[in-house]
Amino acid sequence: MIIYGTALLAFCHLMGLFLGDLLGALIGVKSNVGGVGIAMLMLIFLKIYLHKKGLMPNETEAGVGFWGAMYIPVVVAMAANQNVVAALKGGPVALLSAFAAAAACACVIAALSRSGRDDTAFAPEHHLEFTEEEDI
Amino acid sequence: MLEMLNKILIQNGLVTAFACVGIAMWLAGVVSRKLTFGHVHGSAIAIMIGLGLAYFGGTVTGGTKGLADFPLLAGIGLMGGAMFRDFAIVATAFEVQASEARKAGMIGVLSLLLGTVIPFVIGAAIARAFGYTDAVSMTTIGAGAGAGAVTYIVGPITGAAIGASSDVMALSIATGLIKAIIVMVGTPFAARFMGLKTPRSAMIFGGLAGTVSGVSAGLAATDRRLVPYGALVATFHTGIGCLLGPSVLFLATRALVG
Repeated sequence: MIIYGTALLAFCHLMGLFLGDLLGALIGVKSNVGGVGIAMLMLIFLKIYLHKKGLMPNETEAGVGFWGAMYIPVVVAMAANQNVVAALKGGPVALLSAFAAAAACACVIAALSRSGRDDTAFAPEHHLEFTEEEDI
Repeated sequence: MLEMLNKILIQNGLVTAFACVGIAMWLAGVVSRKLTFGHVHGSAIAIMIGLGLAYFGGTVTGGTKGLADFPLLAGIGLMGGAMFRDFAIVATAFEVQASEARKAGMIGVLSLLLGTVIPFVIGAAIARAFGYTDAVSMTTIGAGAGAGAVTYIVGPITGAAIGASSDVMALSIATGLIKAIIVMVGTPFAARFMGLKTPRSAMIFGGLAGTVSGVSAGLAATDRRLVPYGALVATFHTGIGCLLGPSVLFLATRALVG
């Protein structure tokens, strides 16, 4: 059943946010600390566990896969919600510090990603049936 | 007739949003193929269209939620809001290979720390150059440069904790917002320079670029497969910023400038 996958995703999402709030309260921060990240880790481990048990048929995976594939459209909608006017009104201090910070970070990313040994690779494509490549 | 249609579109806001975003993405795909011959990713163009429309919405309505301030398009606010965004980001974790994420775990944490401290130093220094010489203002603006998520909370939380004035907080929010937009639009163009092509590099990017919105949109516009790895790290950014901003970073700044 496709809803099993979506329900599993929803469960991880809610638990992750809850644990993130809890973690924030624990270290005395007035915000959610990594709730979404915790939810992602839960989903990764639950998927591995259920796979091993043979409890993850393709239909269930599709219930998560659909939402993963909806990710880019959701991000486009998010872009359309940004307060771009306020950002542009920030003036030279905001503009300059944002640009300089982004440029410095890009340089550090370039240095770090070329340093050390990088033996990570993407998963083979087979279980991405919903995430068809961009139509280029 | 037109009123009837209007009513249906408003009553079914989320469905209207699905249709509108679909049209925008189709348009972006056409532009990508016909005008840039596939050199600029369709999703990068779609995100730019979104930002452009958000600017248009903001100027016409005078609101703060971009396009979603039009009653007809309020559904865009729901579709692009934190709930759907986080739900979709979590779903992308399904594609993460635990072994790959584990290999890059340490460097992810390192870049998370660097991603808070480096922009902070730069933001605080520029604030000082422009006449914000007190430690409180420098810290608040620096925290904004370091973070800037859709929620923009790091700047305000830091500012509120150490007692910054409201115009400095507004400046901090604007800084975070501009940085998020730069990351969204600039990532696909700087991807080769940053070596952004493996899960490890995506996790470094997630830590350093900060801003969940910037990282998620920037990676989506570069290579969809990078998204879960970057997002996994970036979602800890707000927490780290809120933790370090009003404490370590503020104390260090105060020790330096008095």
